[in-house]
Amino acid sequence: MTSTAQDTLGKARRPRAPGRGVPLALLAPALIGLAFLLVPLLALVVRAPWSDLPEQLTSPAVWDALRLSLVCATTATALSLVVGVPLAWLLARTDFPGRSLVRALVTLPLVLPPVVGGVALLLALGRNGVVGRWLDEWFGVTLPFTTAGVVLAETFVALPFLVISVEGTLRAADPRFEEAAATLGASRFTAFRRVTLPLIAPGVAAGAVLAWARALGEFGATITFAGNFPGRTQTMPLAVYLALQNDPAAAIALSLVLLAVSVAVLAGLRDRWTRAV
Amino acid sequence: MTTHPAPEGLDAHLVVERGSFRLDVTLTAAPGDVVALLGPNGAGKTTALRALAGLAPLTDGRLRLDGTDLARTPPESRPVGVVFQDYLLFPHLTALDNVAFGPRCRGAGRSEARTRAAAWLERMGLAEYTGAKPKRLSGGQAQRVALARALATDPRLLLLDEPLAALDARTRLEVRAQLRRHLADFEAVAVLVTHDPLDAMVLADRLVVVEHGRVVQEGAPADIARHPRTEYIAQLVGLNLYRGRADGHTVRLDAGPEVSTTENLSGPAFVAFPPGAVTLYRDRPTGSSARNLWRCEVAGLESHGDQIRVELTGDLSLAADLTAVAVAELGLHPGSAVWAAVKATQTHAYPA
Amino acid sequence: MIRSARRLAALVLLASLGLGACSASDGDDGSSGGTVTVFAAASLKESFTELGERFEEEHPGIEVTFNFNGSDSLAAGIVGGAPADVFAAASPSTMARVTDEKLTADAPVTFARNRLAIATAPGNPHGIGSLEDLATPGLKVVLCDATVPCGAAARKALAAAGTDVTPASYEQDVKSALTKVRLGEADAAVVYRTDVRAAGDTVEGVDFPEAAQAVNDYPIARLENAPDAPAADAFVAFVTSPEGRKVLGKAGFLAP
Repeated sequence: MTSTAQDTLGKARRPRAPGRGVPLALLAPALIGLAFLLVPLLALVVRAPWSDLPEQLTSPAVWDALRLSLVCATTATALSLVVGVPLAWLLARTDFPGRSLVRALVTLPLVLPPVVGGVALLLALGRNGVVGRWLDEWFGVTLPFTTAGVVLAETFVALPFLVISVEGTLRAADPRFEEAAATLGASRFTAFRRVTLPLIAPGVAAGAVLAWARALGEFGATITFAGNFPGRTQTMPLAVYLALQNDPAAAIALSLVLLAVSVAVLAGLRDRWTRAV
Repeated sequence: MTTHPAPEGLDAHLVVERGSFRLDVTLTAAPGDVVALLGPNGAGKTTALRALAGLAPLTDGRLRLDGTDLARTPPESRPVGVVFQDYLLFPHLTALDNVAFGPRCRGAGRSEARTRAAAWLERMGLAEYTGAKPKRLSGGQAQRVALARALATDPRLLLLDEPLAALDARTRLEVRAQLRRHLADFEAVAVLVTHDPLDAMVLADRLVVVEHGRVVQEGAPADIARHPRTEYIAQLVGLNLYRGRADGHTVRLDAGPEVSTTENLSGPAFVAFPPGAVTLYRDRPTGSSARNLWRCEVAGLESHGDQIRVELTGDLSLAADLTAVAVAELGLHPGSAVWAAVKATQTHAYPA
Repeated sequence: MIRSARRLAALVLLASLGLGACSASDGDDGSSGGTVTVFAAASLKESFTELGERFEEEHPGIEVTFNFNGSDSLAAGIVGGAPADVFAAASPSTMARVTDEKLTADAPVTFARNRLAIATAPGNPHGIGSLEDLATPGLKVVLCDATVPCGAAARKALAAAGTDVTPASYEQDVKSALTKVRLGEADAAVVYRTDVRAAGDTVEGVDFPEAAQAVNDYPIARLENAPDAPAADAFVAFVTSPEGRKVLGKAGFLAP
């Protein structure tokens, strides 16, 4: 949502040739789309209980939830980068049987309701899960109800965004640079690390922002897989949801905090990148 | 075709099948040789180059370089340097780091690689551009960085894919001369791919002409220019070329008419003559000494340098180069009926 | 300010509910027929589904559709204007949000009461016999969040027992808490007896005396704007009838 708003602003700054107006057929739906995205956010701001806000914001529970949200979303993004970029490379640059199937499977969490994703994670990594059982038995590690569980749940929903985004960038990047590197004696990994990765860095960054934003807003998979405990697994979206049950004013206040922080972070990052590129 | 296996240098029989296309080319070269693969677009030149570099797998055949079998060696382990058509300089690295990339990958330390890279750039006359990113370089400079990058790994085989195609006409002249010098200094085998006969003839000691995935002619540039064996080469070197059957000083062309020549041959033969050797007349000449006279019709006119090339059909299809004045005096336009004459001394016949 | 914020929240919730109740209007076939849309607490799912079927049998032509969800979400939806005819809540406080807005036709009536129970894995492998046992170190316990009725009730019961339990998680509703036990992720959960019963063999229930201090009343009311008031009234009457009590009793609810 935020990045769309910024795109529009970014384009408005660019000088335009005189006399070249934007056709109404494009402008009208564009503005409707923009309004559709912005009006609900605006409504949150307009109807916010501003008088209660100081009280809400000084509550340590809010800051616990916010800190946890930021830490978990950032860790989930890092984790997504570590496994997602190589996965995207595999999908974009190699040919193996069933590649299109794997590609479809990677995008599956995008269409899966996050709550179902959470249940799936429980069945896989829960104390009695297909894999989780052995983690518990061999290493004494249980993931549900832990902060690590939150990170995993967020990674599960954020990773596809990163993979799709990076794969798109890789497909657009000229594979002959990797060939050039090979003729200079670079192994495929060296070529990837020293040539491809720097070339696709902007795309990777964009994917990371998408993944981070998705992780930050994650609710369904988190509450299902990691449960809800303040300071340990209660991220901002969980806090918002539970506050909504009996104190909508508090929920709106929390939502505003989350919105403000994400706008600040996304706008800051984007500016830095646009300057660097 | 030289097929004797060279203990040193390149000995390759490249067979690459892809879909309905089949490349089947034999290439041999001694160290110091510069071989140009010349051919029209889609002939398979670039495929041959990629096969030599290891970027396209061989379906069949052999590839030996200095006696070592490279057919199954991955590209990064081949002692082969490549200058790509659009250079493919790494845009995020400086000129120096682009050139140092190869030595680094082949095991040199960072400072050693940079020292070597700096030396190469200096040799290319680019000492002041070491810190420049590729997008700051002109086409000619980028080409030299690409050459330095390919040479910095001390390859035993240097491959150049259309090395001058990305340059504008003026830069091209200058870069061609420089490239010729650098190739002359290069002590191992160099193979370049081009569709430009001038590049091929200036840069290479030997031409290998490839059409439809096969070698159609091979030899020294001068020899090929004089004795084209296919329509493609004849057009490249600007000759009218016909195939026929020689009997003494006469060659009966497959196309019909006979051509008188000075050579005395028998059996299948080619006859070639330059478009400039053709004289055109509006009416049948009576006093002309030319024995070769054909009735033709103008099919088209186009400017060709400072002359006008007249495409003719009729008894024989041929091209004639005339001055603009001559065209005006003759009042030529498409459809004009003319007589075309060529002196026997201007033709050149050789066995097919 | 707060009130308008509440309305907004209600609208947001409404959108997330997907307005499942709207789909009933096509069965409208005239005089005797009609549709009753019932918003009922999630814990009533099994019993109300059965009640609905029986009611339809006894009142041919009337169709009953249900929207089961957390009582708070339902209340928010009704306040926000969701088209409900009858509201059956899991706690008086959630019903109060609707009556506060004067949206009910009459004062709500308590039609059932629910007691808490401890749900454990089948066979009760950790030998849990009381609320105090839930404080055993290493035992993974889940409770409902204090913002939902089962969480508020559990808190009351724990206070009555004088026990301090640190759960692994405060679940967003009673069914989530139960699910954690059913999947083996939690060793015990404090839930309703009706949930334990509905879960069949997959969990085992442990009653505890302090549950008496935290009994949940379930109020029901016809909403003022119900289009077919007689049919809606008939459904409320059916729920509170002896036959209705029987169905609810079978599910584990206590009589009011």
